Amino acid sequence: MISPSSSPDSTVKDPGHPLVELSHVEKHFGSLHVLKDINLSVNKGEVLVVVGPSGSGKSTMCRTVNRLEGIDSGVIRIDGKELPQEGKELAMLRAEVGMVFQSFNLFANKTILENVTLAPMRVRHMSKADAEDLAMDMLSRVGVDSQASKMPSQLSGGQQQRVAIARALAMKPKVMLFDEPTSALDPEMVNEVLDVMVGLAKEGMTMICVTHEMGFARKAADRIVFMADGRILESGTPEEFFDHAQTKRAKDFLSKILTR
Amino acid sequence: MHTLVELFSQYDIVGAFLVNIEITAWSTLFSLILGVVLVMMRISPVSSMRMVAGAYVELFKNMPLTIIMVFMVLGAYAQLKLSFSSSFATNFFWLAVTGLSLYTAAFVCESLRSGINTVPLGQAEASRALGLSFLQSTTSIILPQAFRGSVAPLGNTLIALLKNSTVAAAASVATETSSLMSEMIEFHADAIIAIFLIFAIGYVILIIPIGILTTYLSNALAVRR
Repeated sequence: MISPSSSPDSTVKDPGHPLVELSHVEKHFGSLHVLKDINLSVNKGEVLVVVGPSGSGKSTMCRTVNRLEGIDSGVIRIDGKELPQEGKELAMLRAEVGMVFQSFNLFANKTILENVTLAPMRVRHMSKADAEDLAMDMLSRVGVDSQASKMPSQLSGGQQQRVAIARALAMKPKVMLFDEPTSALDPEMVNEVLDVMVGLAKEGMTMICVTHEMGFARKAADRIVFMADGRILESGTPEEFFDHAQTKRAKDFLSKILTR
Repeated sequence: MHTLVELFSQYDIVGAFLVNIEITAWSTLFSLILGVVLVMMRISPVSSMRMVAGAYVELFKNMPLTIIMVFMVLGAYAQLKLSFSSSFATNFFWLAVTGLSLYTAAFVCESLRSGINTVPLGQAEASRALGLSFLQSTTSIILPQAFRGSVAPLGNTLIALLKNSTVAAAASVATETSSLMSEMIEFHADAIIAIFLIFAIGYVILIIPIGILTTYLSNALAVRR
């Protein structure tokens, strides 16, 4: 007897389903309701930029996608797979989701090269030689390969952030999360990081970027999501959002940001 | 001067200090191992582990060392028949090392925890975000930085351990310094000041370099951020 094909692989090869999907996500910090009924889906290859005033919950939302923040209710799926509880399975899933932080968070006790090779070796069990080849590729891609043997503290903020991007890329993630990647940078270093991000977007990387860089949003985003007070108020193409914002909150926000 | 020469020729003072150094060395090793295990339990995601380690630290940190040492001999050895060797001297030596290690581990754990507090949360978040497990991120990212941030408190713990090694007398280790000092005073009551100074200065000579070394290391190893 031929049994019906055993339970389908959880990474279903359905091109229609979104890569990242949040539905009815709710989160509180104590009595503060930070995420209110968040529904969002990001397709493969899509570049989503999340904007909004500070305290709107956009960073928190970004951090829930790889469960650095837990949620109170709702469902988050990555490539059709629901986020598991803390443990090995979650670690494997996080390995597929690259994350770049506002404060770089390079490992202070490791060289630049070791920062990039660590996870491929420990999580993907790559040999040291292969991991170093891969790391040098990634570092040259972001233009800091000449700094490979230095410690993070010897690099400028912009260089550190580019290393952080290389570190995440070395895991060959399905999606990259950027949590205000340029907010801690000196103004003259913002563009070197944004250039790398624009390059990634052009290569078809799926990206969720929380940022205040409206120029980047206009240039690289496929879709812009506007958040305020823990809610998604608008979602649309850059043209729709910047030129024809619907809500008063979004218009207020844009008037404050764009007159500068 | 004459009395000093006589005392040194009559008693193995250097040998007694060596016993204390030996007790300290073994206890340093074991308390470091146990302290690292405890601190990993204290920061682990499993709440029962955190509770057990927390209870251990509170218990041993707040218990007088003499009581632990007496318990090692009268409780662990005499009642519970815990024995390391058929030779009395060897047996009491290791009982003392065990007691000191159990006690000092609580302080090692606290020192390391203060070191962990110097490691920014982002370091752990970045390693989790890359898919590293708790154990991997603790051993390759958090603890190496925590060690370098806790050199000073660990040095103080080591200094306290060396001085505490004299409490081994309470565990019947007869060859160590404080036992020898009592013995010498018993037979040379006229030289009590000289005897006292020999041991006091002996410890000061041993401990000052440790202090200098920790200060140096804590600057040299400091994590640059």
